[in-house]
Amino acid sequence: MTGRMRLPQGGLVKRDETLSFTFNGKSYKGLAGDSLAAALLANGVHLVGRSFKYHRPRGIVSAGAEEPNALLQVGDDPRTEPNLKATQVELVAGLKAAAQNAWPSVDFDVGAVNSLAARFLPSGFYYKTFMWPASAWKTYEHFIRRAAGLGRSPSRRDPDRYDKTFAHCDVLVVGAGPAGLAAALAAGRAGARVVLVEQDHLLGGALLSQPGAAIDGKPALDWVAAAEAELAALPEVRVLKRTVCHAAFDHNFFGLVESVTDHLPQPPEHLPRKRLWKLRAKQAVFCCGAIERPMVFADNDRPGVMTASAVRSYINRYAVRPGRRAVVFTNNDSGYGAALDMEAAGIEVAAVVDTRPVPAGPLSERAEALGLRILSDSAVIAVEGKKRVRRVRVAELDAEGKNWVGAPQVIDCDLVANSGGWNPTVHLFCQAKGRLRWDDVHGCFVPDKAMQWGQHVAGAANGAFGLGACLREGAAAGAGAAADCGFAEASSAAPQAENHDFLPGRWLWLIPGEQPLGRKAKHFVDQQNDVTAADLRLALREGYSSIEHVKRYTTTGMATDQGKMGNVNAIGIVAEALDRHLPDVGVTTFRPPYTPVTFGIFAGRDVDDLLDPVRRTPMHAWHERNGALFEDVGQWRRAWYYPREGEDMHAAVNREVKATRDSLGILDATTLGKIDIQGPDAATFLDRVYTNGWLKLGVGRCRYGLMLKEDGMVMDDGVTTRLGEQHYLMTTTSGNAAAVLAHLEDYLQTEWPDLRVYLTSVTEQFATMTLSGPNARSLLAEMTDADLSPGALPHMAFTPGKVAGVPARIFRISFTGELSYEINVPASFGMAVWQALMTAGERYGITPYGTEAMHVLRAEKGFIIVGQETDGSVTPLDLDMGWIVSKTKDFIGKRSLTRADMAKPDRKQLVGLLTSDPQVVLPEGAQLVEKVLPQPPMPMLGHVTSSYWSPNCGRSIALALVKGGLARKGETLYAPLADGRVIPCVVAESPVFFDPEGERLK
Amino acid sequence: MIESYLRQSALDYLGLAARAGDAPAGSAVIMAEKTLPAAVNLRGDKENPAFAAAVLEALGLQLPLEPNSVAAGDGLALLWLGPDEWLALAHNAPPEAEAQLAAKLRAALGDLHAAVTEVGESLACIHLAGPRARDVIAKGCPLDLHPRAFGGVGHCAQSHLAKTGVLLHQVGPENNGAPAFDLYTRRSFSDYLWRWLEDAGREYGLVVVAP
Repeated sequence: MTGRMRLPQGGLVKRDETLSFTFNGKSYKGLAGDSLAAALLANGVHLVGRSFKYHRPRGIVSAGAEEPNALLQVGDDPRTEPNLKATQVELVAGLKAAAQNAWPSVDFDVGAVNSLAARFLPSGFYYKTFMWPASAWKTYEHFIRRAAGLGRSPSRRDPDRYDKTFAHCDVLVVGAGPAGLAAALAAGRAGARVVLVEQDHLLGGALLSQPGAAIDGKPALDWVAAAEAELAALPEVRVLKRTVCHAAFDHNFFGLVESVTDHLPQPPEHLPRKRLWKLRAKQAVFCCGAIERPMVFADNDRPGVMTASAVRSYINRYAVRPGRRAVVFTNNDSGYGAALDMEAAGIEVAAVVDTRPVPAGPLSERAEALGLRILSDSAVIAVEGKKRVRRVRVAELDAEGKNWVGAPQVIDCDLVANSGGWNPTVHLFCQAKGRLRWDDVHGCFVPDKAMQWGQHVAGAANGAFGLGACLREGAAAGAGAAADCGFAEASSAAPQAENHDFLPGRWLWLIPGEQPLGRKAKHFVDQQNDVTAADLRLALREGYSSIEHVKRYTTTGMATDQGKMGNVNAIGIVAEALDRHLPDVGVTTFRPPYTPVTFGIFAGRDVDDLLDPVRRTPMHAWHERNGALFEDVGQWRRAWYYPREGEDMHAAVNREVKATRDSLGILDATTLGKIDIQGPDAATFLDRVYTNGWLKLGVGRCRYGLMLKEDGMVMDDGVTTRLGEQHYLMTTTSGNAAAVLAHLEDYLQTEWPDLRVYLTSVTEQFATMTLSGPNARSLLAEMTDADLSPGALPHMAFTPGKVAGVPARIFRISFTGELSYEINVPASFGMAVWQALMTAGERYGITPYGTEAMHVLRAEKGFIIVGQETDGSVTPLDLDMGWIVSKTKDFIGKRSLTRADMAKPDRKQLVGLLTSDPQVVLPEGAQLVEKVLPQPPMPMLGHVTSSYWSPNCGRSIALALVKGGLARKGETLYAPLADGRVIPCVVAESPVFFDPEGERLK
Repeated sequence: MIESYLRQSALDYLGLAARAGDAPAGSAVIMAEKTLPAAVNLRGDKENPAFAAAVLEALGLQLPLEPNSVAAGDGLALLWLGPDEWLALAHNAPPEAEAQLAAKLRAALGDLHAAVTEVGESLACIHLAGPRARDVIAKGCPLDLHPRAFGGVGHCAQSHLAKTGVLLHQVGPENNGAPAFDLYTRRSFSDYLWRWLEDAGREYGLVVVAP
């Protein structure tokens, strides 16, 4: 036997498959098909945790997603996961589970001292206690954090893999109970693409716990099996088991979490643990069923108090006796189902306590006929037993049900099966902003009007609780949804079944206790957050009357179960206390997720080296082979510098910089953005997007341009070349290429649709390598058929030609101030041409240089880098680049430059900066002041944007943005550093530190 | 003189040829790099009959006007990319084919306002096929590739796949529910996309094959 409480027969468990597991370190045995909760109950384990605030002993309450108490820590670190509902965890061999929020054990928990201090822990306790003094919050927080939360996080990174996928369907059906199966069959038969989602590993929903149910005259589970087989055979139907639809977003976009391997004892390596489905449906049918509502009575949280439907599940589905002697406490007919099932399973039913004056309904009648002891017009007013129910006291109710009368009678029992009615599971419907209405007869909120196109609710979720109605509504909704997608309704008739629900009922929101409310016994509304009816009343007394405020003040419904069992009771109690009609109090907002989801699914496989693309140039492998270190420029990975043995970064960069100026350097510049511009209006277009004039640029000539945003701030810069009469090639900064193309397309398509211009990105069409240095021409001349003589190819000119036998574009442009050629060859030849240049360049000591050396070389020349010298708040005038801003034509950003603010003398302006001690290199980002005060704050003038050791100048150089900087040339400023040093520096006459006349370009 | 064998595809350094084997029968999904496509991006005014006529003259293909449709001819496909944008594609072509294709188009278009731009060098092409090919793509691409929604063979679309832009072209028939796709991405993203797809396909036993 697997547990002393296992029934000898029945259930949907596999009796020949015994599984061992541990709970709190102790070994138990269960059966395949058990939930963890069922396996614990089979072994007589009811006490599974301590409550959040009072550390009261708690037992298993439900058999489903609504479970507030049986939240366990499952698995070993780092695979451990907290707050898993034992009612939803499938038992697997070797499973390890432990109680949470209890120390040293659930049986003896030190924190239970909190329950002695309960009257000092009312709702709002934290707000009231920890408000003053504000400075003490950090101390308080430390303790609160430790006391808060139930489980433990893994201490190391999650070793499991997760996955994500997009999916599409015509009809999404959520829930595979009778309504959902009927809906999926109807839509599937019509030919629609259907996704049927079921959180359980078995289809059937409530039918799994009701063996007596019949559909079309046969056992209901036979019909379920036939439905499952038919759905599996329909090619356009996908059934996702162990999958929770946790979120409904706009336009029928849904989030689903599929548990792929948790139920496997040895998860295969190639499968993800869980998968997030991002599903777009045309139509959705919510068949989520209903959740039984507990009653709010004194000490209703004692282990052994369960919902009546949970009792039925444990007996019928899992063949487990949840107790030996039970009291059923109900206010409607459905509670009698538990009494009948227990009777049949050999569990003694001591009494059925019914708040209704006259027990009525088909199940009540059968119980009466069986001769069960029924106490009508009565209620359980007290529960005895701390770690397990021992007995209850039952008394008659007065006419209003507000007080008890007469002498209570004592009934010994170890199980209380209670039913306070049923709440349709409207969460997804409401997440999608569907409107609810109050159904007075059934005592519950039911869907009224879907607020998004193509959403339907069917079955118990729609307030149609009878099996016949579930099947009918499901079939109709499924067929209707398919028809709305253009699939003719199949003519098959809806399956037939008996149709009785749980009426009549007597809806009492609060059952009187022996003492006045709040004294001694506790009436729990939200068991997970330890919120009682007395707490709700207190919140109302303190002035919170909106249900949203009551929720936040008391935290009712704010735990991981989001009040699936308690919310309507809370609303009922509040309505009664305010003497308002319940629907006038209203419901709180339903938000995703329906049940908690693990973070891993949002990361999916986008982790480690798949986190983000790493863009590689055609010569990337060469850089790797030659020891380059890389830096990220946007998503590009660029060679940063190439250290030789024994070199640090400083030494390597100095060598690269020096070699380039002395002889020859080569740079992989492939990442530069390249935009091909064609059309008769191309010149006009360029004239409008750049600050300088473009109408007179000759064919074969290059020009530097500065691009502004509408606000007049520098957006990008680069060289554009006129390749042909109506053909230009624009280059952009590496990180900005996509943004610039989008900016240009935006203008072309929305502002200037009349311009005949086409833009095409050709960034990746070419491998780009820059030869730079006094020997650049000598080397290139050996490798090309193009005429490189200064007359034929002067500075800022272009020629086509072959380089190393490959068709190439040669641009004589320079970012280093040296004689430079930027060579574009087809990307696939990039590696070969690069290697050819390296080989031929050996005699010139050709030196590959990386981005760091490039930065030093350009800073020596005072050339800006957009994004380093600029930050979106810098105009060309601030950069002292007025020479490039046309006064005679219009361009994007021009009008902004005329704003008064742009002419203010204290704008930050770009200047060169030379430290008084030439050996000292300023840190980039250092703040600059006029006068050093003993301590901050002191008025700041600006900051250092670029700073390097310049081997060619033999000293440090820097660029800085300084308030009124252009008028400060020759002034001494100070850079006070975090380490206490103060570095004096002088504003240079010019930011061009090397070859100010540009001799070397010739 | 550099020989054409010195050309390198974007994924050359992965040494895929050495890894490629024969796909076992019944493989759920196979993947290959199609090397070095020749491709020309074409912009022009579809309302101008002379434009379509010039394209027909140069390529022998009717300009596809239906969004995401493809005109296919002998070794050449013309993909609709946008209301004024198309892509002419050829595989297994010699290195000079791309320039020749562009030259033919330019010659036919003459003075018409149009743009012909060689872009094949900027592309990488990953071929993905098999009964689970759609499932692999769906992991990162929000498009609905179901034949009812996508249109099946001879249809293309631009979207994203994981964190890269892609142009999808369904090239293979349904063939017992085993479609084949060519996925074009920018060359520099192909290493990431290849590794991402291989990882995505692991669940289905993805096999790397020769192109």
